[in-house]
Amino acid sequence: MITKSSVQINKEWDIVGARQMGRELAKDLGFGTVDQARIATAISELARNIYLYAKKGKIAYETVEKMNQKGLKIIASDQGPGINDLSKVMEDGFSTSGGLGAGLPGVKRLMDYFDVVSEPGKGTTITTIKWVR
Amino acid sequence: MRIPILKLHNYLLVSIQIDLDDQTAIDFQEDLLSKIHKSGATGVVIDLTSVDIIDSFIAKVLGDVVSMSDLMGAKVVLTGIQPAVAMTLIDLGIHLQNVPTALDLEQGLIKLRQELEE
Repeated sequence: MITKSSVQINKEWDIVGARQMGRELAKDLGFGTVDQARIATAISELARNIYLYAKKGKIAYETVEKMNQKGLKIIASDQGPGINDLSKVMEDGFSTSGGLGAGLPGVKRLMDYFDVVSEPGKGTTITTIKWVR
Repeated sequence: MRIPILKLHNYLLVSIQIDLDDQTAIDFQEDLLSKIHKSGATGVVIDLTSVDIIDSFIAKVLGDVVSMSDLMGAKVVLTGIQPAVAMTLIDLGIHLQNVPTALDLEQGLIKLRQELEE
């Protein structure tokens, strides 16, 4: 069974709401405490990016399945300024916000699958998946 | 929401027991520095036993408050960081170097006493 839900990111407190929701879903799916923390932290980073750069956007959650394996897909999307240089934001230590946020490389390490699609002026969509071990 | 800061002799004790949002973290930073200033405390223990998420922002606020307190002359020790939180921080690429840590509150107080050579 596939379940879908989402949280809108409009204000700073929504970052907490988004990660708490992710943690609950991860727990229900059978993730261990460490992976629950990884997922919640990844969501926190993605939601903060939305809040900082695009002001508003959405975190969507979807349960996924492949070959008897369950996973949680997190999609962070916004209609913000987009990312000009994708290879640059994937470098460790790169930040345009003056040190806030460990950035996308950190999120990539926390999750099993990571994909970013961005068009300058139109917005960014980041898709990540974590599989239950 | 305000995080309570308790005074014990010349130490300040803080136990963070809520899911920290950005504003609460920033308020805590200010509250702790002003409490150090008012009380003349020389040591601070911030216990994170009940914290199950530290993202890059919270990590930065905590790292900063250690450096800021140091500038004022108070030593801060972070205690009780959970295994899951430690693993997540390293995945994120956050190492919190130069931040004194200890296993629990008791070890934290011992560490403070050693650092302050009392």
